[in-house]
Amino acid sequence: MQTVRVIPCLDVTAGRVVKGVNFVDLIDAGDPVELAARYDDQGADELVFLDITATSDDRATMVDVVERTADVVFIPLTVGGGIRSVADARAMLRAGADKVSVNSAAVADPSLISTLAEEFGSQCVVVAVDARRRGDGAFEVVTHGGRTTSDWELVDWLGELSRRGAGEVLLTSMDRDGTRVGYDLELLELASAHLQVPLIASGGVGDLADLVAGAVEGCADGLLAASIFHLGTHTIGEAKAALQAAGVPVRP
Amino acid sequence: MRCERIDNVIAVVDYGIGNLRSAAKAIAAAGGDAALVTDPDDLARAEGIVLPGVGSFGRCREALANSGMEATLRAQLEAGVPFLGICVGFQLLYQGSEESPGVEGLGVFTGTVGRLAGEVKVPQMQWNTVALVEGRTSSLLADPPPSWFYFVHSFAAPLGAETVATCRYGDTVAALAEQGNVVGAQFHPEKSGAVGLRFLGRFVERCVVR
Repeated sequence: MQTVRVIPCLDVTAGRVVKGVNFVDLIDAGDPVELAARYDDQGADELVFLDITATSDDRATMVDVVERTADVVFIPLTVGGGIRSVADARAMLRAGADKVSVNSAAVADPSLISTLAEEFGSQCVVVAVDARRRGDGAFEVVTHGGRTTSDWELVDWLGELSRRGAGEVLLTSMDRDGTRVGYDLELLELASAHLQVPLIASGGVGDLADLVAGAVEGCADGLLAASIFHLGTHTIGEAKAALQAAGVPVRP
Repeated sequence: MRCERIDNVIAVVDYGIGNLRSAAKAIAAAGGDAALVTDPDDLARAEGIVLPGVGSFGRCREALANSGMEATLRAQLEAGVPFLGICVGFQLLYQGSEESPGVEGLGVFTGTVGRLAGEVKVPQMQWNTVALVEGRTSSLLADPPPSWFYFVHSFAAPLGAETVATCRYGDTVAALAEQGNVVGAQFHPEKSGAVGLRFLGRFVERCVVR
């Protein structure tokens, strides 16, 4: 049976979970360890921690957050944000992360993906891809939170990261991120058709119907969302119930 | 890690691969005294042994051979010490793997680990239900079905007399093997939430009552 995973994403800075639109007007959304434990209780299938400042001081704080989470939460944990080297990845994995996610650093130097896959195994290596729709309708890969446009077309980049041994792709629509109008389903469908490894949908979830659409129309293997869970709009259980009602196989 | 002396503990074999902290933490959370072990003497004193494994079959096999603990591990398996292999740590019990042709496994179970087949994405990276093979029982899988466990793998053990439980992923996939003191799980009990902790708790009991 192929089941779809529901994955809350926690943006962490200075040891706290924050929520904001385009990294401005950040609202404190709580303690990461507490939130992680609550989502585990609610039936989250995995957790993603994203270090959104990733200065060197915050890096040490993040290692501590990951360690304390791994002491009490026994579901898979992915950590991303500012991972640029084998040493960065090792620090997070040793602290208790199961996977690391790389983004800008992998676009700058794609060999980072192969190096990480060789060192830790593909199952540890998530490549986070930020995509934006261009005027001509094609999707381009952007980095640094959308401030930089790379030379990669989405489909070419998906081929490259697959060849280099990525174990999973976390695909965020920069057009939809923070808008709460739903995933970019066209983007997901396109990516899904070009990937052999699992695809996690991200960016734009506003309600439960968006999650269902991500699985049914976007063909995503994992559904990532942040604010609908953090702000208490919906529980993980409600998300699972909506998916199940729509015929999407999930772990109850 | 709760014990200062490495004695009467469940040894998590630390042979230089991946994140072993999760396995040790989960065993502790399940009620066991877990210690990461790098010394064969410590391994020889353990009441139970857990062999995790991530990455490729060949890489794990080489790391185990270079760890200086393989002979003791084999002796402990022979002596009937409760053993749990997880993921690639389970696959190593077979004679070899299509993932790393030419690399010899530990050969506790016969057959070769093969690549996942069928119209499915590889790796299987998801939660799946595990069901007992008809006519088989397992004291470790005591929850009323369905039992959901987390899987991350591209290769799977062959189905044999030792297979006690399977999952469906494209094809029927070996999920749990048991033969005497030797248990192998393709899934990750240390990452399977409350269900996984109960599974590990039953393994811990097995180590203690022995």
